[in-house]
Amino acid sequence: MTISIRSVEKKFGRYPALNKVDLEIADGELLALLGPSGSGKTTLLRTIAGLEFPDAGQVLFDGQDVTFASAADRRVGFVFQQYALFKHMTVAKNIAFGLDVRKGRDKPSKVEIAKRVDDLLRLVELDGLGKRYPSQLSGGQRQRVALSRALAVQPSVLLLDEPFGALDATVRKSLRKELRRVHDATGVTTIFVTHDQEEALELADRVAILNKGQVEQIGTPDQVHDQPETAFVCGFVGEANCFEGQVGGGEFNAGALRLPAGGVREGSATAYVRPHDFVLDDGGFEVRVDRAHVQGALTTVNATAADGRPIEISASRAEAARFQGTVKIAARKAHVYAA
Amino acid sequence: MATVSRRRATDDPAWAKVLVIGVVAVFLALVLILPLAAVFAEALRKGLGAALDAINNADALAAVKLTLITAAISVPFNAAFGLCAAWAIAKHEFPGKPLLITLIDLPFSVSPVVAGLIYVLIFGLQGWFGEYLVDNDIKIIFAVPGIVLATIFVTFPFVARELIPLMQEQGTSEEEAAVSMGAGGLYTFWRVTAPNVRWGLMYGVLLCNARAMGEFGAVSVVSGHIRGLTNTMPLHVEILYNEYDFVGAFAVAALLCLLAVVTLVLKTALEIQPGVRGRRGH
Repeated sequence: MTISIRSVEKKFGRYPALNKVDLEIADGELLALLGPSGSGKTTLLRTIAGLEFPDAGQVLFDGQDVTFASAADRRVGFVFQQYALFKHMTVAKNIAFGLDVRKGRDKPSKVEIAKRVDDLLRLVELDGLGKRYPSQLSGGQRQRVALSRALAVQPSVLLLDEPFGALDATVRKSLRKELRRVHDATGVTTIFVTHDQEEALELADRVAILNKGQVEQIGTPDQVHDQPETAFVCGFVGEANCFEGQVGGGEFNAGALRLPAGGVREGSATAYVRPHDFVLDDGGFEVRVDRAHVQGALTTVNATAADGRPIEISASRAEAARFQGTVKIAARKAHVYAA
Repeated sequence: MATVSRRRATDDPAWAKVLVIGVVAVFLALVLILPLAAVFAEALRKGLGAALDAINNADALAAVKLTLITAAISVPFNAAFGLCAAWAIAKHEFPGKPLLITLIDLPFSVSPVVAGLIYVLIFGLQGWFGEYLVDNDIKIIFAVPGIVLATIFVTFPFVARELIPLMQEQGTSEEEAAVSMGAGGLYTFWRVTAPNVRWGLMYGVLLCNARAMGEFGAVSVVSGHIRGLTNTMPLHVEILYNEYDFVGAFAVAALLCLLAVVTLVLKTALEIQPGVRGRRGH
């Protein structure tokens, strides 16, 4: 199922949640909608689901206009952040809900439903827990139930709203792998909302970065991290040192920091340098090393430039040992954006 | 011997606790338990037989019957209304919602006597529909329909007030999940929304029932006090008392108290159920 979002607009009162959003999602793709809170990512997901309806624009499923079709008619599977499991039903009844609700010839037999429930429980590794109630499960297990319930109706698209938001870090990580595995096993087009860039970069085929109701950039995790198209994307995805300065004569200046800035409009500008793009360089500028702490295979060095700017540097442990006292550093790569 | 400390940070000094609990206990004893005991003591003053005789006569039994009929009509009506109103208010957005919430509270703020007078004004002989009703031989005031209407008016906030906060707290994501899986509005309501509030609904129904059986003011205005016909139990108690039949008055009052106690026992049993505890409407 391919999904096309065409100039979709949505206002809540006077607050624009979506501002002319265009997005194409390929069949079988796993797409992340990444953005800070209030960026419109959940509204966009709910618009695709048919839980919200846009003020303007179109939503197409396989080229067919479904802008105002009901959620039921779109055959979407939706997973909520707070699970939204039916508390008074067993796990098996929860998963079977979307099949039980069907009428007439569409409704599978009891045996077929039971088999489908068992298959789904096995898919999310919850075999044998069908008779439990949601309150008897852990948070991670509940979200797995919610995932299999959404998959039970064999949805044309699977939509997940901050699916791991309410879980602790360890469970998050294992469920991420789980979602990727389930996606690869079912091949269903999947869109998930997150504000966690690590989650988006690890899990998704492509990431759409939203800010203030607009798509800032859409691309593979590598693209949005290494070739950010806007200052917002650069600051939001990955760690970055941010410098306010001036561009003049093809060069960016901020105190002692000088960076090549070919093609950037002259005047005030913002430069972003990733912590791992700072290297020791005798032709560079001076910084005073304040503190270094180990993070896995890397060391993070906190330093201060001559004009008092804090600078974060990330280096291999061996390299970091050379950061002592006052050192000279330079940026081997930077992103400069006109203000 | 080691003692396990169960002190909590929010605990007050022992004397303060004793004082506060003592004040509440004395107050309850004076204002609630003593009068209740007096009702039973007075009823049994001339022995159990006299008390039973007072209940077991045609007028008293007619009053009991009318009270039960009134509750049997008004409680299901208000349960249905309360469920609808709570559903509309908690799960949907529509213009005029704050007004509807205020209107639901109206019977709590209006004196029951005024509530009764409203119906006399509308359906009474001198009222808006008085002539029409007389011409068509329809009796509402000084008859059972008036009593039921007045009771419904006075008791209609109970179920709605109990359910609105409960439903609001539960949010709409379960309903959205159901709808996204193809469930229609009614199916979603019966399979998802209603089961989630069933204990709150029972609780509201019990409170509503207790008030429906005990309502005096509004019913008194519309009843006409016709013995054996339009007397409910609270009205019958008053009549007997005014006639200096103290044993009779207190015997019927004691029966009314027993009905209330049964209701409260049921309510307490429900509160032990998960999902009801700690959720009060008002």
